[in-house]
Amino acid sequence: MSATVLIFGWGNPSRGDDALGPLFVERIEALALPGVECLTDFQLQVEHALDLEGRQRILFVDASVAAETPFTVTRIGPQKDASFTSHAMSPESVLQVYRDLQHDDPPPAWLLAIRGEKFELGEPVSAKAAVNLAAAVAWARAWLA
Amino acid sequence: MSFELETARHPETLRRVAIDPVSRVEGHGKVTILLDDDNKVHQVRLHIVEFRGFERFIQGRPYWEVPVMVQRLCGICPVSHHLAASKALDMMLGVTLTPTAEAIRRLMHYGQILQSHALHFFHLASPDLLFGFGSDPARRNIVGVIAAAPETAKKGVFLRKYGQEIIRMTAGKRVHGTGSVPGGVNKSLAVEERDLLLKDIYQMIAWSREAVHIIRGLFENNLAEYNAFGRFRSHSMSLVRADGAMDLYHGGLRARQADGTLLFDHFDYGRYWDVISEDVKPWSYMKFPFLKILGADDGWYRVGPLARIVNCDFIPTPLADRERQEFIAFDNGSATGATLGYHWARMIEMLHAAEAIKDLLHDDNLLGKELMATGTRQERGVGVIEAPRGTLIHHYRVNENDEVERANLIVSTTHNNQAMNEAIRRVAVQYLDGQEITEGLLNHIEVAIRAFDPCLSCATHALGKMPLEVELIDAAGKVADSKSRNR
Repeated sequence: MSATVLIFGWGNPSRGDDALGPLFVERIEALALPGVECLTDFQLQVEHALDLEGRQRILFVDASVAAETPFTVTRIGPQKDASFTSHAMSPESVLQVYRDLQHDDPPPAWLLAIRGEKFELGEPVSAKAAVNLAAAVAWARAWLA
Repeated sequence: MSFELETARHPETLRRVAIDPVSRVEGHGKVTILLDDDNKVHQVRLHIVEFRGFERFIQGRPYWEVPVMVQRLCGICPVSHHLAASKALDMMLGVTLTPTAEAIRRLMHYGQILQSHALHFFHLASPDLLFGFGSDPARRNIVGVIAAAPETAKKGVFLRKYGQEIIRMTAGKRVHGTGSVPGGVNKSLAVEERDLLLKDIYQMIAWSREAVHIIRGLFENNLAEYNAFGRFRSHSMSLVRADGAMDLYHGGLRARQADGTLLFDHFDYGRYWDVISEDVKPWSYMKFPFLKILGADDGWYRVGPLARIVNCDFIPTPLADRERQEFIAFDNGSATGATLGYHWARMIEMLHAAEAIKDLLHDDNLLGKELMATGTRQERGVGVIEAPRGTLIHHYRVNENDEVERANLIVSTTHNNQAMNEAIRRVAVQYLDGQEITEGLLNHIEVAIRAFDPCLSCATHALGKMPLEVELIDAAGKVADSKSRNR
């Protein structure tokens, strides 16, 4: 039986602010909230559509260079966009894959885009991004309550 | 086999067409096409903004951390780096693996091959192949495939999921796994885990076989176009087993000339630098490896699925070997020199991976308890593995404090560097005429690049970081035409 809420954060923990997604997941996981499952990966991929099954709410979390500071939350839905890469998919595309595989609408989903600045290999999370991460976690505690 | 257009007689008259970045491949790349006054292609360069900080990232770390941390070099094939590093450090420790450790690592590796090849074919290649190279880009993606051929696309998703499950069970976690360690592994399979994988493996074999037939059918139906597309001859290199069989986990190095004759065979990869060297060009951050025996100009080669299928004497699983024989015989061997032959070869390998997984699941060594071995410590270690995209070399020197003092990595995309340039040049010669950057031209170039599926910059992405820009720049550096689209 899947937990009712899925938090899915992605990124590379060793690429500076790209770690925001996995770090967010780590912080939420530490809260050990009932009914909340946390998953992480380097990138979103087609098979992650299978992780969405049986959820009531989904929160996708990624670092973003386009988000406002400290973060942006957007309600998202399935979308056949042209954002596909060989190595990564947009969360909207994953929702679309869910719809096409299941012949049903995916659970309600939001994208939490945390503002990042630097993405170099071997670099730690930047000071600015760390502040943004703390703000995002505070917001999520209320969202999950 | 040198680039006859590499040095134009009058470079000042050349015009540059820049495609930046190449869409649907990781990271950012740029293709520069140099035109002459008659708007004919004189030169093509794939510029890869490859991160050159790999070695620095690793140096100074305790050696036992390395197999885990190198997974962060590439978000798409972390298991390959995990295993190549482990193999290098096995050699450094002077270790011969226990049968259980070798079986677990092989299972992990073939799981990675299965899931990576499934992703490539169903997600990346099939939209191009099913809809045609000049079709609407908005349709040419996995969602488009699901809409057009729902059952085919679903099989791709479930094949990939199955491979991921193998990785989770053998590496301990589905990402950032720790299963392979210098000297062995830290877990074997439980009976219930093996049984769970056994339950679905025959379905995976059947679906993999169907995938081979899909790409074969596409070749049959589009023979002239597929054969001509980005076609060129090259040498090839891969690991092979002692008896000449395909072995993606371990073996000796074999290089074959374009005419089929062997250049070297069963070469001990522990001294790879005796047969491979790397050239540097002023316009690219990425090095250009070559076979020393032929020199920098003529010694470039292909690695990856097509090179491996051509290079081996046979595949040691029956269904895949039958498909290999048909591939080699098809239209008098024409597919073995076709850039799109990579897709066909890749699916044969996926079938082989599925069969190899089945064989391993019937091997009780997977359930054994002897996980680690010991040996006599050396200063250096080299690990080579056939990763999904081709030969991957990890080389470390470890000091008396157990810290990595020097690291050298040659990834498959680097091995294929010049071959990719050649494929793109052929395509550009074929499809570019005049000054217009058409959507069809862009995608033909992308199709050529996607056949190799390079990792252009490993394991980073962030929302909003992958636009596609196209520029036509004249000889004076002025932008004559430009296009952009978001991916």
